[in-house]
Amino acid sequence: MSDEETKAIDPATGSEIKNHEWDGIRELNTPLPRWWLWTFYACIVFAIGYCVVYPAIPLVENATAGTFGWTSRGALDKEMAAAEAGRAATNKALAETPIEAIDPNSPLMRAAVEGGRAAFKVNCVQCHGSGAAGSPGYPNLNDDDWLWGGDIKTVYQTIRHGIRQPGDDLTRVSQMPAFGRDQLLTPVQIDDVVSYVRYLSKQEKPSQSAARGKALFAANCAACHGNDAKGGRQFGAPNLTDPIWLYGGSRDALTQTVTNARAGVMPSWEGRLDPVTVKMLAAYVHQLGGGE
Amino acid sequence: MMSSHKDRTGKGGGLYARRPDVFPRAVDGFFRRLKWIVMAVTLTIYYVTPWVRWDRGPYAPDQAVLVDLANRRFYFFSIEIWPHEFYYVAGLLVMAGIGLFLLTATVGRAWCGYACPQTVWTDLFLHIERFIDGDRNAQIRLKQAPLSVGKVAKRVTKHAAWLTVGVLTGGAWIFYFADAPTLLRDLVTGQAAPIAYSTIGVLTATTYIFGGWMREQVCIYMCPWPRIQSAMLDERSLTVTYKDWRGEPRSHGLKRVEGQKTGDCIDCNACVAVCPTGIDIRNGPQLACITCALCIDACDEMMAKIGRPRGLIDYATFEDCEVERKGGAPVPIKRTLLRSRTLIYFGLWVAVGVAMLASLGARTRLDLSVGQERNPLYVQLSSGEVRNAYTVKVRNMETRERPVRISIEGLPGARMWDSLESEDKAAQVMEFTVGADQVTKRRIYVSAPRSGPAPADFAFRVESRDDTPNTDREETRFDRPEDGQ
Ligand code: SF4
Ligand code: SF4
Repeated sequence: MSDEETKAIDPATGSEIKNHEWDGIRELNTPLPRWWLWTFYACIVFAIGYCVVYPAIPLVENATAGTFGWTSRGALDKEMAAAEAGRAATNKALAETPIEAIDPNSPLMRAAVEGGRAAFKVNCVQCHGSGAAGSPGYPNLNDDDWLWGGDIKTVYQTIRHGIRQPGDDLTRVSQMPAFGRDQLLTPVQIDDVVSYVRYLSKQEKPSQSAARGKALFAANCAACHGNDAKGGRQFGAPNLTDPIWLYGGSRDALTQTVTNARAGVMPSWEGRLDPVTVKMLAAYVHQLGGGE
Repeated sequence: MMSSHKDRTGKGGGLYARRPDVFPRAVDGFFRRLKWIVMAVTLTIYYVTPWVRWDRGPYAPDQAVLVDLANRRFYFFSIEIWPHEFYYVAGLLVMAGIGLFLLTATVGRAWCGYACPQTVWTDLFLHIERFIDGDRNAQIRLKQAPLSVGKVAKRVTKHAAWLTVGVLTGGAWIFYFADAPTLLRDLVTGQAAPIAYSTIGVLTATTYIFGGWMREQVCIYMCPWPRIQSAMLDERSLTVTYKDWRGEPRSHGLKRVEGQKTGDCIDCNACVAVCPTGIDIRNGPQLACITCALCIDACDEMMAKIGRPRGLIDYATFEDCEVERKGGAPVPIKRTLLRSRTLIYFGLWVAVGVAMLASLGARTRLDLSVGQERNPLYVQLSSGEVRNAYTVKVRNMETRERPVRISIEGLPGARMWDSLESEDKAAQVMEFTVGADQVTKRRIYVSAPRSGPAPADFAFRVESRDDTPNTDREETRFDRPEDGQ
């Protein structure tokens, strides 16, 4: 450094004024402590080391691998394997216990429900919704209205083999006739049946149309839905007297239903998911609020 | 020392400044004794507090001050804070903030000078250094001395002593987070959690580095407080001041040139020699001055020797300086301390404190919280009723079991039952017992007719069914289909 005489000193602070000037603004020299510089160098050294041991430099196809061989995918695999190993005992117990034999208040059941919750979010929400509340055509699993039965064993059976799943001998099947399309009933008769059903579910007042529909119902519908119209689970025939309607309870929707019939489908999950997951799904669905 | 000042201000021209060596000389006096007392009190509080016991009965820990992270409780003598009452901690922080403002407005950087951990531990480290290496001059000599067995031995002893203090500091810290006697036993036998050892390690390192190596550098370059406090000080705050109108022109020693008028400062450099941040207070107030007041003690000692009145360097306000410079008398200290700004700060500080105490005294130790399930909001049942689901938590914050009754109000025809039970159990109320110092969480279904008057203030209520009745109530919603379909 040259002698002090040539340096301009700012009188207020006693600091040296550097030669830089921008629009009349000049810069004072306030020196950084040297150890601060060392921490900066230390960061650089750390960064170099980091780049050597971890993936760092992007190349065209991939990136440099790093000497630790670490990848985020590998880290995930390891965590998944560890989680899987942690669940092994529970999974074994679940695989060995028949579903109806699991104590509803046991830790095993709680584990099954939690597992089912996760599997449901992946496999079932597309139709049944994330809260399992369903939508027209896809039943709400929270309520106490079950087409094929709501005890845990029956729910398990339904999930395993699905509904109207081609190729699965144990799948749930039934067929509602398309009364209108196949000309089993005339449009006027269909109108009467609809009136009767809406009267049964307390959506309409008694009428002559409904009275006529009563006879038509006994002749055409009672075989599956029952004389009291409370449904028949062996056919997956819904209860028509309650306020829960899978395809809607309005005149339009019901006329559609009677004219063209309804036949919902659900995949059979056995074979698609591992047996323990299917069991977990049944446990989860059963505790949603309507389980019998 | 003047050169170090130059280094920091860039007069030397370099873009980087090395840390100037600071070898503060020991000094005795009023403020040094005050610092001893503050140091003894703060360090005792820090090291001893976790060992104080406090009986809370069989269901709660018997440590007076405990931050129980695992069980999420904070114990402070008779006060127990749950996570949902964290606003008390926020309140304490507000009080600490206002307290600092108050302190700064009245006595300047007293926090920095006396009570800041950085100051207290640096002071401790300085005393250890003096005990091993000797006072200022001996330390300077030792630094310049060539390497020898004696020098190495002294250096090793010093750093070992510093590290020991560091380990004790880190060690004391973790006792606030677990039962101290148990943790100490586990620590010694190697059974404590890894996090305990790593916390000690980190705090040992920071204590050793900040107290042994960084010292005043922390205050000058790293700490935000000196920057903030310059906004908090005003012309009536006390700061350590060199009274230049009395001291200048300085005379070297006592040899005065005949006939020339000199000030009281004899340029003995005592104030510079004792300064723990290595500055010269005679250059005026500066950021690096933590107002430890040791230069006041050093200067008073010197004034006594040469038979001049004390207080050439003294606590003074900017206003007083202006008055004294013109030969007037300073404002009495009482008027400096009691003025609108400090009184307002004090009032705020007290108000927050009193509000917290009042709410602590009035809080019930039975608490209800209700969360309605949102997906789905409601479920149509085949009976025609509509069902909503709620997660209901009852917190029993007392150290005894309490039988409670939950009820619902404001929804005609409603019934409730536990989601794990069948609907047959549905009733207007539900009873169970909540364990001591525990939360009971239930998922509860409520069903009500599909249509009815809109529930205006549908609420859950909890009452304790024991000799000291407490209640709590929480409003929530009951949702129904929007249309009649
Ligand atoms: S400047 Fe910061 S670290 Fe230094 S004494 Fe003040 S508050 Fe403490
Ligand atoms: S100038 Fe005086 S008061 Fe300020 S830090 Fe130094 S010794 Fe302490």
